[in-house]
Amino acid sequence: MIPDGRVDPPADVVLDVTDLSIAFPTDEGLLQAVSGLSFQARLGRTLAIVGESGSGKTVASMAVLGLHDPRRTRISGSIRLEGEEVVGAPEWMLQALRSTTAAMVFQDPLSALHPFHKVGRQIAEAYRAHHPVSKAVAQRRAVEMLDRVGIPNPHRRANQFPHEFSGGMRQRAMIALGLVNNPRLLIADEPTTALDVTVQAQILDLLGDLRREFGSAVILITHDLAVVAETADDLLVMYAGRAVEQGPARQVLGRPSHPYTEALLQSLPSPSADLGLLRTIPGNPPSLLAPPPGCAFHPRCVFSDRVGAPCRTEVPAWRAAPGESHRHVRCHLEDPVTAIDAGGLR
Amino acid sequence: MLTYVLRRVGLGLTVLLATLVASFLLFFAGPADPAQAMCPEQRCSPERLTEIRENLGLDRPLAAQFTEYFGGLFVGRDFEFAGDVVHCSAPCLGMSFLTKRPVSEEIFSRFPATVLLALGTVVVLLAVGLTVGVITARARGSALDRLLIGGSQVFGAIPYYVVALVFALYATRIHGILPQAMPLSDGLPGFLAGLIAPCLLLGLVYSAGYARYTRSAMIETLATDYVRTARSKGLDEVTVVRSHALRAAIGPVVTILGLDVAALLSGTLVTEKIFEIDGIGKLSIDALARDDLPVIMGTVLVTAVLVVTLNLVVDIAYSFVDPRVRLS
Ligand SMILES: Nc1ncnc2c1ncn2[C@@H]1O[C@H](COP(=O)(O)OP(=O)(O)OP(=O)(O)O)[C@@H](O)[C@H]1O
Ligand code: SF4
Ligand SMILES: [Mg+2]
Repeated sequence: MIPDGRVDPPADVVLDVTDLSIAFPTDEGLLQAVSGLSFQARLGRTLAIVGESGSGKTVASMAVLGLHDPRRTRISGSIRLEGEEVVGAPEWMLQALRSTTAAMVFQDPLSALHPFHKVGRQIAEAYRAHHPVSKAVAQRRAVEMLDRVGIPNPHRRANQFPHEFSGGMRQRAMIALGLVNNPRLLIADEPTTALDVTVQAQILDLLGDLRREFGSAVILITHDLAVVAETADDLLVMYAGRAVEQGPARQVLGRPSHPYTEALLQSLPSPSADLGLLRTIPGNPPSLLAPPPGCAFHPRCVFSDRVGAPCRTEVPAWRAAPGESHRHVRCHLEDPVTAIDAGGLR
Repeated sequence: MLTYVLRRVGLGLTVLLATLVASFLLFFAGPADPAQAMCPEQRCSPERLTEIRENLGLDRPLAAQFTEYFGGLFVGRDFEFAGDVVHCSAPCLGMSFLTKRPVSEEIFSRFPATVLLALGTVVVLLAVGLTVGVITARARGSALDRLLIGGSQVFGAIPYYVVALVFALYATRIHGILPQAMPLSDGLPGFLAGLIAPCLLLGLVYSAGYARYTRSAMIETLATDYVRTARSKGLDEVTVVRSHALRAAIGPVVTILGLDVAALLSGTLVTEKIFEIDGIGKLSIDALARDDLPVIMGTVLVTAVLVVTLNLVVDIAYSFVDPRVRLS
């Protein structure tokens, strides 16, 4: 939050994002996908990121690996991976850190795996990009990874193409690819979407095991608050490209400090029963080309009348939540946690 | 896979048979009189014409002529010219009225020139077309992109024979930058050197289209999730572009290339004429100009065989390019 003169973060902070903004010039104008985003990821912990479709989760994660085309993207702010600045880093540096320092498991594995290359080769290729080994050794490593993520018959499977895999198998293969170089940080982008509940649970267990085994940091992007409640240590909630609140997952879900988080929880099927998939909340997601002035959530916020004009004119600052250590919030309400507790319908 | 290939071969044979019947009807039942072609002198007596027709079997019913022609394809046949019996071995495509040599010999003696010309052209068109396509796709919207793609469009808009004539004139005749054509009988080195100019020209002209296909296919594949995955693995840019993006973009290019190669192998009329290359194209032009029907028909059939075969080859090659089609 203090770009200049900031102190070194604690040693367990593997990813330190400060005031990150990402915009794409498009035919219809500048699309502001991420604005003023700050968060940290720590070793041995799982940080969940939730937010509606289009809130900038994938765009922000891609920036961590320096995957945006600099000619078509405007990026400002700072992303430090193990202390190294990623924003504006030269290509050779990015290549060296991808898959080793930070790896990403992309959403939708069918399109994220190359349709014309065998699965084993795709994993072996990532290993060989960072280790001076023969193809045979890398292939053995790929088979080992497939085995580790619970794919039966890994030898045979390594020689198959992605279209010969089931959805759950492809997701496992994607995770094997993400883990092949033992990354310090693994970003899993909706790894359980479109999978049935049993497979979902297996995949999440797998991520948990691997985090414990290697002590890496995991960022879990999801739409599913039940998954967050079960697996995340910390939670970051995004809305229209901005972080709206962050804190320990249990605290945030138990007593939200932002009206949007509250609305997400309200939209769940039943507050007492299991937390289910996110339902849509009333109103439309904002346009990123011409976002609402002030707080982007104000057209849908039930508290905006209470605050008045500032919600419609001023972007709220990212500040420590009053009375809550380790929590940050972006809302004009003076004491959001208390206000939501009192005004909520739960 | 095997049943698929067999089915495609069967379909190809049907197409060939239909082409054979259609061209037979068109040419042998058509207006040009082969006897006139063989006896072009003004004083060709009616008796002489009748004799020629009898020798060629042209006085026989159409069905009988077809059966003979068809049989000749498989077992060969004998022809009689002014008392001499000439054997035409299988696959017999008839005898040239003009040279009195079997058509198949005429065609196959021209084949090396045409095949080499086609090969050289393919090398140039792929090297230039793919390179320009990849570069412009990566730099899309830049000045370089607009210059190369705009230039190729202007280049493609000029009629081919104009480009060919000007190129032949300046490059080989006036300035002598590139060697002129030499017949194969004068030795291989000279002959090959003579092919450089036409290969360059044809390759460059074709490459304009290939640059554009490659560019649009690459723009698509460069934006795919799997290319993003390739980058996320820490691969270098050359590997990302070559073995991930281009690998996926090459499919449509292979398909079009198959058809263009068929066209090149069936003879490039204008190019062979302008650069004086004695290939299939020149043979067809000469045969057309002199009503040498068996030769014309022979080249039509050979072309049909080439197109059908290359279509099949392309489809099979495609199944290796895209493993997803292998199963169906
Ligand atoms: N390269 C790009 N050029 C222009 N706009 C882009 C680009 N990449 C992403 N966007 C836009 O940025 C916004 C944020 O996209 P992003 O993929 O980060 O959303 P998300 O939070 O991951 O959503 P989802 O839950 O659907 O995956 C979207 O409106 C998207 O259309
Ligand atoms: S700033 Fe205002 S509009 Fe935005 S969430 Fe807070 S109360 Fe609602
Ligand atoms: Mg996403």
